[in-house]
Amino acid sequence: MKKYFGGALAALISSVILYSCSSSEKKLPIYGERNPIEREVDGKKVIDTVYHTIPNFSFLNQDSTALTQDFFNGKIYVANFFFTHCPSICPTMQRNLLKAYEKYKGNDKIAFLSHSIDFKYDQPSVLKDYANKLGVDNDQWQFVTGSKADIYGIAEKYMVYTKEDANVPGGYDHQGYLVIIDPEKRIRGAYDGTNEEQVNQFLKDLDVILAEYK
Amino acid sequence: MIRRYFFACISLVSILYFLFSCNTDLSVETMQYATNGQKLYVTHCQNCHGAKGEGLGKLYPPLTDVHFLQENRSQLACIVKNGMSGEIKVNNTLYNQQMPGVPQLSAVDIAYVLTYVTTYFGDSKTHFKKEEIEEFLKNCNTQR
Ligand code: HEC
Repeated sequence: MKKYFGGALAALISSVILYSCSSSEKKLPIYGERNPIEREVDGKKVIDTVYHTIPNFSFLNQDSTALTQDFFNGKIYVANFFFTHCPSICPTMQRNLLKAYEKYKGNDKIAFLSHSIDFKYDQPSVLKDYANKLGVDNDQWQFVTGSKADIYGIAEKYMVYTKEDANVPGGYDHQGYLVIIDPEKRIRGAYDGTNEEQVNQFLKDLDVILAEYK
Repeated sequence: MIRRYFFACISLVSILYFLFSCNTDLSVETMQYATNGQKLYVTHCQNCHGAKGEGLGKLYPPLTDVHFLQENRSQLACIVKNGMSGEIKVNNTLYNQQMPGVPQLSAVDIAYVLTYVTTYFGDSKTHFKKEEIEEFLKNCNTQR
């Protein structure tokens, strides 16, 4: 009996050690298509992998100024798509993203970017009012608007489905993903912002990626 | 050994009894209304008002203001059916937003969902009756 106990204890301890080692080295996967690019270095062939990245953009933010990728230089950021009059998934998604914003407020390694897909109604002043009422009082969380083609085009780059659709509540159909982008503009995670379990994973994974880019 | 089991059973039974007895001031019917109402709440209200009725910032008011719920008891059915807008004070905070109504809900559905809201987030001990809701709905001020 004692022997078994000892064995179980040893197994437990070693798995704890193993687990703690692997978790400290854990990295988030890199999503999207990847292409091998061949080039020559000192007469030798080297293969580089080119990952899917988010291209540059320019949108108007809640302060009516142009927001580009420059704002996110050297930062991790979380992107999502919403609109202020959205009666369905957005309030839940934004309630959950607010948790991350409050947790990392003041940390200049991380920022948040919400794109409005209601390009008709959500002008900068509407976005500003929304941000204030949500409880966002610094520029770490950006709210942007742009032309339909630009916003829907960039949504595709984040691999989030968006569509104007008169048949759904609010008039726009979209997915409630929270997408993690690393400082190299690569997609490192996508979580359903309306699903409690996935939101908890999202909050944990933010710590993981912040550790990677310390 | 047997004695130990006996005591374990006794304590388990008393814990269970204690857990359930917390709700004994609600009648079975009220509990049923609230249970039905919870499903409707998740589908039609939770996105904005939150799983615990906590609201969201100054965008969506909480549903936990006992005074507001009591004072506006006769208006709640109209709010659910037709929505509302304009300035209101909830938990001592001003809100001035717009709530879309849920016109497809029947009178009994409204009774269910309001029973859930007023008993779980508020402190009501009774349920809304279907006839009561029908009466409230006749007097809705659609100009709200
Ligand atoms: C699209 C978001 C949204 C949905 C869905 C929604 N509400 Fe509201 N609700 C609001 C807003 C915004 C207000 C405040 C309106 C104002 O400022 O005049 C409000 C106000 C209220 C109020 C009065 C103020 C208070 O906090 O007590 C009640 C009661 C209420 N809602 C109940 C419900 C119920 C029940 C449902 C589901 C049947 C529901 N709401 C669905 C957004 C929503």
